[in-house]
Amino acid sequence: MTALHDAPPAAARPRPPAAAEDGDRSGGSPIRKALAYLSLTVVTLLVLVPFAWMVSSSLKRDNEVFAIPMQWIPQELRWSNFVEIWDRIPLLTYLGNSAFLSVTITLLQLLTGSFAAYGFSKVRFPGRDALFLAYIATIAVPWQAYMVPQYIMMQQAELTNTYWAIILLQAFGAFGVFLMRQYYMSIPDDLCEAARIDGLSEYGIYWRIILPLSKPALASLALLTFVNTWNDYMGPFIYLTDNELWTVQLGLRSFVGQYDADYAMMMTGAVLSVLPILVIFLVGQRYFIRGIATSGLKG
Amino acid sequence: MAHVATPPAPTAPPHRRRAWRDILVGWSFILPNFVGFALFTLLPMLAAFALAFLDWDSYSTPEWVGLENFQQLWADENFHVALRNTLYYAAGHIPLTLVAALGLAIALNRKLRGVAFFRTAAFFPYITSLVAVAIVWNTLFNPTAGPVNQVLEALGVASPPKWVASTDWAMPSVIITSVWRDMGYYMVLYLAGLQTIPKEYYEAARVDGASAWQRFWNITLPCLRPTTFFVIVMLTIQSFKVLDLIVVMTDGGPGRSTLVLAQLVYREGITEGKFGYSSAVALVLFVIVLTVTVVQFRINERRSAR
Repeated sequence: MTALHDAPPAAARPRPPAAAEDGDRSGGSPIRKALAYLSLTVVTLLVLVPFAWMVSSSLKRDNEVFAIPMQWIPQELRWSNFVEIWDRIPLLTYLGNSAFLSVTITLLQLLTGSFAAYGFSKVRFPGRDALFLAYIATIAVPWQAYMVPQYIMMQQAELTNTYWAIILLQAFGAFGVFLMRQYYMSIPDDLCEAARIDGLSEYGIYWRIILPLSKPALASLALLTFVNTWNDYMGPFIYLTDNELWTVQLGLRSFVGQYDADYAMMMTGAVLSVLPILVIFLVGQRYFIRGIATSGLKG
Repeated sequence: MAHVATPPAPTAPPHRRRAWRDILVGWSFILPNFVGFALFTLLPMLAAFALAFLDWDSYSTPEWVGLENFQQLWADENFHVALRNTLYYAAGHIPLTLVAALGLAIALNRKLRGVAFFRTAAFFPYITSLVAVAIVWNTLFNPTAGPVNQVLEALGVASPPKWVASTDWAMPSVIITSVWRDMGYYMVLYLAGLQTIPKEYYEAARVDGASAWQRFWNITLPCLRPTTFFVIVMLTIQSFKVLDLIVVMTDGGPGRSTLVLAQLVYREGITEGKFGYSSAVALVLFVIVLTVTVVQFRINERRSAR
């Protein structure tokens, strides 16, 4: 693990040179330093205990999970849980479905979001800011307030129980537009102006200047969207009834309902559903933080 | 919403032909996203308002009934329970997450080698799937042999709570889980806020002999006020619309002890097909969120003006 370096560099505002570091003076005594590490370790362990429990339980026998006294390290590590689970539920199908939905929605968000953000930040036309305000306002409206009309629409269009419902509802979110626009606002307009004078069309400016410059923002949006879609439960829960269409989250949840006492297996499934997210997170954590700090909006 | 920069107004009125061109070009960029956004977000949002005044089941034809749905709502015990539970959740989730996030941020705002690792670890719960989180916490909270109660018994608690299995403790269980999950996200916002406080303030305070507590109370907290305001607004919106965590952890139970407004919307609308009635619940939910947010903005303005 590398990053999460000091300040999440918010694109919109420059970071002041002198950052506050109260509590710990650089060059403190070794004892103070050791104490600091000790307290950080304790805090972090407390945060991570549920994950430790998840991993340890996934390697146990079912009846060991709730053994008294509890065991943090299983007597024998049952790696076979990780083999067996593929026979118990169609996990490969679920993983594939989740991957398909996440990739599709992420690509559409990136494409239409960054494109619209260019219109909202680099082209001036009447009504633009009012329209953008409407975008922002919808982010603040709880999704639950309009989930029923959305459902009726999808039902009328006979798109329930298809991926279309999920993709259409999630691919054009206002969040992507907002995040990309925040970033584009930090790119000087002079750059576009110069390109315009050189005879580049607006589309050319978007494609050849802005897009290459906005790789960090694109990465942030891609990661946030991917993880959100991968972890989404309510969307698939409402719209997907056929088992073959289910995502990992739905599959896992139904596994819990069906095999209530297979605690070790449940944990194995949980580990496998979190693993892709962990990998993606470790690869691109800088961009997660950047995205959150830039936009501060989500969920 | 915290920092939406608006560009300066164009200085010279652009040429007419140029203006038309800009409109076309501007819309051509926005359109691909806007079509989807208008159709699947904006339109349903507007429809939600109208639906609340209709009597419409999935099988009958819609009929305008005015305020009838709201009268029915007022008499519905489920609604009262859901409203109370939502407030309960918000009253627990907002302050606890705030304190936990601020505490984490202050603890992790140090220049130590490897501090990045600790920050990453604290943030990780936030991007973990809810279903996995629910499975794990439900077993942690297992009333008989779960680790939480084993620890409590070891500490001498004679009869520890039954957590998710008890009507009294189910909501606290959900709140604890949600605080654990969300604190990392707000920690990131607080870390960003802490980085903007000039170091000189602390140095001056030290020279004046201010204690750590005084420095926190008189420098850190006031300087973090914009962040705190933003965090509270976000937490409020997030709390009132809580749904997925409830659905996967307790499904509103046991009994109705964790039934929340958003879940009532889902049950009445999508499960029962009572579109009009459920939209009335949704409208109430929306009005509550809107009112609370507006009040928070007002209070913030007044405080900033001082």
